[in-house]
Amino acid sequence: MTGLDVLVPSSPEEAVAAYGDGDGVTVIAGGTIVLPEITYGRLRPSKAILLKDAGLAGITRDGSRVTIGATTPVVELTELPAPIGPCAANVADSEIRAQGTVGGNLCAGIGPEAPRGDLQGALLAVGATVRTGGSGGEKTQPLEEFLADREGKLLLDVSYDEPAAGAFASLDRPHTHDYTALAVSAARAEDGTTRLAVSGVAGHAVRLPSAEAKADNPQAAGEAAAGDATFADDALASAWYRGQTLPVLVRRALTQLQEA
Amino acid sequence: MRLTVNGIERGIESAPLTPLLYVLREELGITSPKAGCQQGGCGACTVLVDGEARRACLLAVAAVDGAEITTVEGLGAPEALSAIQTAFHEHYAAQCGFCTSGMLIAAHAYLEHGGSGERESIQETLSGHVCRCTGYVKIIDAVAAAAGGEITSRQKWLPQTGEESPVEVPGAPA
Ligand SMILES: Cc1cc2nc3c(=O)[nH]c(=O)nc-3n(C[C@H](O)[C@H](O)[C@H](O)COP(=O)(O)OP(=O)(O)OC[C@H]3O[C@@H](n4cnc5c(N)ncnc54)[C@H](O)[C@@H]3O)c2cc1C
Ligand code: FES
Ligand code: FES
Repeated sequence: MTGLDVLVPSSPEEAVAAYGDGDGVTVIAGGTIVLPEITYGRLRPSKAILLKDAGLAGITRDGSRVTIGATTPVVELTELPAPIGPCAANVADSEIRAQGTVGGNLCAGIGPEAPRGDLQGALLAVGATVRTGGSGGEKTQPLEEFLADREGKLLLDVSYDEPAAGAFASLDRPHTHDYTALAVSAARAEDGTTRLAVSGVAGHAVRLPSAEAKADNPQAAGEAAAGDATFADDALASAWYRGQTLPVLVRRALTQLQEA
Repeated sequence: MRLTVNGIERGIESAPLTPLLYVLREELGITSPKAGCQQGGCGACTVLVDGEARRACLLAVAAVDGAEITTVEGLGAPEALSAIQTAFHEHYAAQCGFCTSGMLIAAHAYLEHGGSGERESIQETLSGHVCRCTGYVKIIDAVAAAAGGEITSRQKWLPQTGEESPVEVPGAPA
């Protein structure tokens, strides 16, 4: 690791400055994904930024607006209302949840054996927006856009309006260290619109617009959902299995939402 | 960089992104945190970082610069075991021992944070720790006993002179 430059910024401004346009920079938040990459030689950073002291942790509320700092540990989200709370509680085990961060979860690329980034689905369902620094300066954009193009962006925080109701339905995990093969998050905004998102699919979590259009009818919405996602095909579950399961999870999440 | 390991301050020479696990095992020669999966999935490397149970394989040493690290050696010594170490000993909660230091650290943190001792909460706490000898029932028994105050720290676990050893061990001190 000769010539390695490790920076430990002590404010968000310093973090943004250290990140620059992100070229050749390895960001380390909780490190639960990055460290093994380094240990096993799949990643050889030349410049790394440790975010632990960057002042990006914590959940704040302004009326119904909730803002979650990028380095807030996943465990701090477990008490939030559905879909975020139950989704966060379903990530890894209690010790990893205390170390892994929201930012790392949203920025997690697809893994070699499983899709990761469970919180992407829950935060899409509440219509979250993210604030980032990096190339092109500070930006606020919908989480959907960010997930589609994360290059050159340092995530600072994610915020959303507390939904009127939320629900989370997922496949069970055989062990706390298994990733979730498929999970559906649903939320009804104060204005009555329903958003649905699925995690565990190829690439990153996505919204389910065809199912959203039929949200009043859980059965029909489930049937419509399949066309909205490209399924991952990996060691956790085949694409076929995920395809068969999605309608069921959509139906369960919407039924929960109706009862909420 | 500096770490306080089991109460002793140590200067650290390893490269900043070296996992804390290797710093402990290779630079400092403390081998109780085990190198199992080295990717967060087994719990064998768990140590206390400022009192919180953390995976030493997932932490760059630079991320814990200045922290207090506790390994099982810091929980108690053979002649003065902590409550959780005594409980593991009395309940036969170690077989090959590979998972034991991680289990002890996690269980210690659980007790320190006021863990209720209900089996479900112990299972939840230890759910990230793999015991390849499958000694889970005894491990949970031990944590429950320690949480219930049934077992407290013990000054001497080796048979005292004149006290009969429960098992005949050839060559053991009489
Ligand atoms: C045993 C085990 C089980 C797991 N189970 C699950 C699970 O069930 N579900 C799940 O979703 N995840 C799981 N994970 C993965 C991981 O722990 C979580 O996704 C966690 O939230 C990642 O956060 P982190 O801070 O540790 O990420 P890091 O490892 O620090 O970072 C992950 C990626 O995001 C980038 N990054 C981090 N923060 C930022 C930022 N602010 N801006 C830009 N880029 C950033 C990093 O450069 C890196 O590429 C598991 C991990 C382990 C080891
Ligand atoms: S070695 Fe760290 S969790 Fe397995
Ligand atoms: S005692 Fe052998 S792995 Fe647990």
